[in-house]
Amino acid sequence: MNYEAVIGLEIHAQLLTKSKIFCGCSTKFGSAPNSNICPVCTGQPGVLPVLNKKVIEFAIKTGLALKGQIAKHSIFARKNYFYPDLPKNYQISQYELPLVTGGHLDIAVNGKTRHVGITRVHLEEDAGKLVHKGAAGLKGSTSSLVDFNRTGVPLMEIVTEPDIRSPEEAKIFVSELRNLLVYLGVCDGNMEEGSLRCDANVSIRPVGQKELGTKTEVKNMNSFKAVQKALESEIKRQTEMIQAGERIVQETRLFDDTTGTTTPMRSKEEAHDYRYFPEPDLVPVEVDRKWIDNIEKTISELPAAKRSRFMKEFGLPELDATILTDDKALADFFEECNKLYKNAKNLSNWIIGDLTAYMKTKKVGIKDINLTFSQFAEMLDMVDKGTISRTSAKSSLTKMLDEGKSIHDIVSESGLTQISDEVKIRLIVLEVIQKNRPQVVQYKSGKTTLAAFFVGQVMKETKGRANPEVVNRIVVEELNKA
Amino acid sequence: MELFQLTAHELHAKLDKKEVSAEEITKSVLGRISRVENGVSAFLAINVDEAIDRAVEIDEQIASGKAMTPLTGIPVAIKDNMCTKGAITTCASRILRNYLPPYNATVVENLLKAGAIPIGKTNMDEFAMGSSTENSAYKVTKNPWDLKTVPGGSSGGSAACVAADEAILALGSDTGGSIRQPASLCGVVGLKPTYGRVSRYGLIAFASSLDQIGPISKDVADAAILMNFIAGHDEKDSTSVDEKVPDYRGSLIDDVKGMKIGLVKELIGKGIAVDVKKAILEAADLLKKLGAKVEEVSMPTFEYGVPTYYILATAEASSNLERYDGVKYGHRSKDSDDLLTMYYNTRREGFGPEVKRRIMLGTYALSAGYYDAYYLKAQKVRTLIKNDFDRAFSKFDALISPTSPTVAFKIGEKTDDPLSMYLSDIATIPVNLAGIPAISIPCGFVNDLPVGLQIIGKAFAEETIFRVAYTYEQNTQWHKRKPNL
Repeated sequence: MNYEAVIGLEIHAQLLTKSKIFCGCSTKFGSAPNSNICPVCTGQPGVLPVLNKKVIEFAIKTGLALKGQIAKHSIFARKNYFYPDLPKNYQISQYELPLVTGGHLDIAVNGKTRHVGITRVHLEEDAGKLVHKGAAGLKGSTSSLVDFNRTGVPLMEIVTEPDIRSPEEAKIFVSELRNLLVYLGVCDGNMEEGSLRCDANVSIRPVGQKELGTKTEVKNMNSFKAVQKALESEIKRQTEMIQAGERIVQETRLFDDTTGTTTPMRSKEEAHDYRYFPEPDLVPVEVDRKWIDNIEKTISELPAAKRSRFMKEFGLPELDATILTDDKALADFFEECNKLYKNAKNLSNWIIGDLTAYMKTKKVGIKDINLTFSQFAEMLDMVDKGTISRTSAKSSLTKMLDEGKSIHDIVSESGLTQISDEVKIRLIVLEVIQKNRPQVVQYKSGKTTLAAFFVGQVMKETKGRANPEVVNRIVVEELNKA
Repeated sequence: MELFQLTAHELHAKLDKKEVSAEEITKSVLGRISRVENGVSAFLAINVDEAIDRAVEIDEQIASGKAMTPLTGIPVAIKDNMCTKGAITTCASRILRNYLPPYNATVVENLLKAGAIPIGKTNMDEFAMGSSTENSAYKVTKNPWDLKTVPGGSSGGSAACVAADEAILALGSDTGGSIRQPASLCGVVGLKPTYGRVSRYGLIAFASSLDQIGPISKDVADAAILMNFIAGHDEKDSTSVDEKVPDYRGSLIDDVKGMKIGLVKELIGKGIAVDVKKAILEAADLLKKLGAKVEEVSMPTFEYGVPTYYILATAEASSNLERYDGVKYGHRSKDSDDLLTMYYNTRREGFGPEVKRRIMLGTYALSAGYYDAYYLKAQKVRTLIKNDFDRAFSKFDALISPTSPTVAFKIGEKTDDPLSMYLSDIATIPVNLAGIPAISIPCGFVNDLPVGLQIIGKAFAEETIFRVAYTYEQNTQWHKRKPNL
């Protein structure tokens, strides 16, 4: 029997506000333990939460981008459970009447558009962090410390409908949603630092069956790859169990990236009764049309729209458009350069190729590199005009990036100007032919592919400065004469 | 008359005329405390040195020409559920026995700015849960009128110290009657303001949607004066209301002619002591004689007040008290092998029986499968009670009733019968559920124990109830009687 997976995702995004959701403390990551804390976020007796308005704006922005309904009236609730990283032992969250309901995000999977429904978007506060002494985890540790810096950092939870059918789709969805959040400027999208976290509800059922199977919740997927790997492993586990006639137990399972498998975290018997009830310390959030309209105005072009525009306006293939628009900063860089350098495909090749390769080795982003639009455009222009060769352009680019020099200076300092002078080139070609008699004989006897060898030698002699087209032509001419 | 016997407005007049100094006032009050506190046991902490130092400093400020407020140099007692920076705040609970707040409650901050002198922290029922102050983990406060009886609760310490002249003014908090009922039992004035009128920031929460801080004083004018300094919007409390604060002294008008006052029928019937009922009817009669139109009004939902309250207040409390877990501050049980045991032992050792009872009640009411039947239903009844008040206030300017169904009862009399203890608040609880203001003022004595008259107003109509209270007070002498100590 064939089975299909039914997957719904819960994505927690840390919002990029300067201060926490219910107090004025900084949300800065990486500060010394317990340095960004106050009576409110450490749950001192008598304190009260005050909602950060920016948090609401970010969630409304996200809701609008996902085409959801923004609630005119929404409320916060308390989710009660005891844990040392939760100073009040309840988390202020939203339960009934969340800020955003409905909406969708369309993703492209193997050239087809898949429609993933959004159930809700709601706001809550993050918990702190436990540091266990004497062991890697709680088990075996001699003592545990609590760092409350993260306590009260605003989180936005985005819950999807069970519309996802494969681990690949899940991965694409998370990546697409991440791009959207980064585009909106509401989240930095950093999965490793935990500013974007993903849990999945997954079940399987025979193809064609309507009823859903028993689901498990998979947690601890800390990268796009991990999302795909975890779901593949969990679906495989469930399929094998069902085929062996066993029942799936509803439970929470943790993914382990090193083993690539999921293991149960807590069983049903220990399932929490969170005793949700409306948070009496906060007043309902009232959102009027005017506020929504003002926020809508701040939303610029979103990834999907940008992608199709890049294809239409610049005639770029889908792959180029996708890679460029996946990173808003990269897309902006492309557009700025394109104002100065019109060959869009060539520009795209250079950005996706050499420039991206450089950024990968240096582990930096487009915003961190030392390259102006005009310098980059000028370099490409010089290649097109034949002033420098592609090869020297490649090495010059590295120099420009490493040393911050202008393309002009690099070219004049190292004499990189391309040699197109036929006489000069012909002299070098003749020299090369003389030095390599055995290869000439082979060429003559029909191994014409050896022409490339001679071209290479000429390029070596000229340190890559010779115009390859001219070299090609003259090499063939001279070999035939030789 | 000794200085400690005077009211804040009387002392202010003397300070203003330079007849006395803040230091003399403070020392007079501290002297009174040293003589009677052994018997009354109103305080959990007395700021002897700090109060004198502050009084001296304030006298210097006055001498250097700094403007005085009506609270400058006035000793004020603070209920021990309001955070005082650097001064232990226990909520009368073992679980907070060593808790040093890193911040001041907004009301405390306001008092300090006004030049008041915090004289001490007063005893209360643990976490404000109780009606007799017998639930304190530390001591039993006695009623200054009869040391064998309770002062009421939960602000029993605040009411008793004002009645015993151990403080000129006090702050209390009222969740279901915790200012008014002890004020009534101790023969002083106590106001529960409109929910949202006074900031709750720094008030250790019992039931967030019901808690409200208010003044306890020797007369109505002093309550109005204290309100002037604690009322108002606070950015730190989202539930505090951004509504203009009037000068409440403007409502101290000796005139109720033409005012329509409703006497709550349900609160002069079953369960109310006959002598208390008589005192209330006499008060109603006096108001009539003074020109008010007094009629009976029926509040049919009142009988559901107590059960509704004990679901909502305990539900909120069960959540509010979750933070006392031994992890961050307060009591932590020693020698626990794991986290869960530490939680269990800390809370078992730290909380008293009434607090535990209410945590269990509230947890139950919020549990999966019971939420709709209890919490949600109680919220609906709460709306019905509000509707009852709305109906009444469409006809009346104010409502009156007894504050407490009986005068002060004997210490230990109700401790084994929580239900009868809960009924002490039958007249006060509906007011909290509706979020409206009410005051209790002395209106007579039964067996030499004070009776309190409750005057209830519309939301933000503190001025109306001050006016009725002031008029009644100006035409009676009850508030001038002092207990023999």
